[in-house]
Amino acid sequence: MTQKSKQVATFQEAVRDIPDGATIAFGGFAMPGVPFNLIKALLEHGARQLTLVANTTGGAQQPRMPDIGMLVENGQVKKVICAFTAATRPTDVLPFTKYYEAGEVEAELVPQGTLAERLRAAGAGIPAFYTPTAVGTELAERRETRVINGREYLLEYALPLDYAFVRARRADAFGNLQFHRSQRNFNPVMATAARVTIAEVDEDILPAGSIDPDMVHTPGIYVNRLVKVPPLPEGLWPTRRQERRR
Amino acid sequence: MSETKGLTRQQMADRVALEFQDGWIVNLGVGIPTLCSNTDIGDRDIIYHSENGVIGYGPIAAEGAEDLNLVNAGGQNANWKLKGQKGGGIGGAMDLAACAKRVFIILEHVTRDGSPRLVQRCDLPVTARGVVTLVATNYGLFQPTGSGFVMREIAPGFTVEEVRAATGAPLIAAEDLRAMRMAAS
Repeated sequence: MTQKSKQVATFQEAVRDIPDGATIAFGGFAMPGVPFNLIKALLEHGARQLTLVANTTGGAQQPRMPDIGMLVENGQVKKVICAFTAATRPTDVLPFTKYYEAGEVEAELVPQGTLAERLRAAGAGIPAFYTPTAVGTELAERRETRVINGREYLLEYALPLDYAFVRARRADAFGNLQFHRSQRNFNPVMATAARVTIAEVDEDILPAGSIDPDMVHTPGIYVNRLVKVPPLPEGLWPTRRQERRR
Repeated sequence: MSETKGLTRQQMADRVALEFQDGWIVNLGVGIPTLCSNTDIGDRDIIYHSENGVIGYGPIAAEGAEDLNLVNAGGQNANWKLKGQKGGGIGGAMDLAACAKRVFIILEHVTRDGSPRLVQRCDLPVTARGVVTLVATNYGLFQPTGSGFVMREIAPGFTVEEVRAATGAPLIAAEDLRAMRMAAS
């Protein structure tokens, strides 16, 4: 491979061109695979009126890491699209909730598998699909359904992205990515759904072509920029999960 | 966790794990269901799946043995939001409830203030309709029928009348009602 390396030196440089109003997805599920360093850079960058897509708005655990809730607190967010806009235990109030209840940010609550499939569909050029998930619930009220082979399905639309932030364990300079364990979660579908995918990477970026092609999880054609995560304390790394105490 | 009557949380999970058949792929929700992964399932091959993509996990990792890039995830709760609450925590619960071949519910029979959790009509926003196969509580094992619950097994120390009084829907004792089976251990 002769392409120029996609590695950029800093997280600030990687997010510099993000305009106001962009739609950006953050990969990850709980701690694994969350691009904390890129989210932090977006907080510093200050782009506003953003639409953010992720599994959760964050803030359920301590120590708190950069999350959607912080971007909301920072006045940068217009809308979130998440599988959790509240904690699993409704009595556990997320930092996001206060702003949502005050009407300062919009939210679209999407079942997790539907969220993943809307992203996958966007990456595969499929505009919409039918799913049995959420049929008969309040999420399906006043929406288009269709009976297929005797069962009712809900129409869901693809969710294309301007940017995806992902975190991988390993990358080569072409952008081929390998994830570790449950780091993989939403990251591969988000990478395919985005016009620009930016990956933060745990290990040193390898020369292009040095990952066995059979072992590539996300092909480099979907990845535009790579940043190596520096060691602690400069870089942000997953920590042991602790329940939030109040 | 407050003291509860009847079975312990692990015993409820153990009872549901008895239902798992050789070769099943099982997603365990967060909370009591996760404890099923601690149950000795003998020589049955059960594959535990978690909606963040992990397939084939085992008992809950001991402190110090965790991999910080490997977590189990949950979300299989019947209530993803409170009545009137703005937003909610659906996670994968709707996908699992709508798409699984069988849905088992494990929950404490009554709330902290003593109200029944098994009711005639769910007045909380539903996760899916008409999908539940079996319900295990600390009081017994129940099969929803649409018009009420058939009690198939009863936990030690309870009478049918006691369970009925704590249930918010018609309760029919099965003709072959038996004592709650426990996992062989």
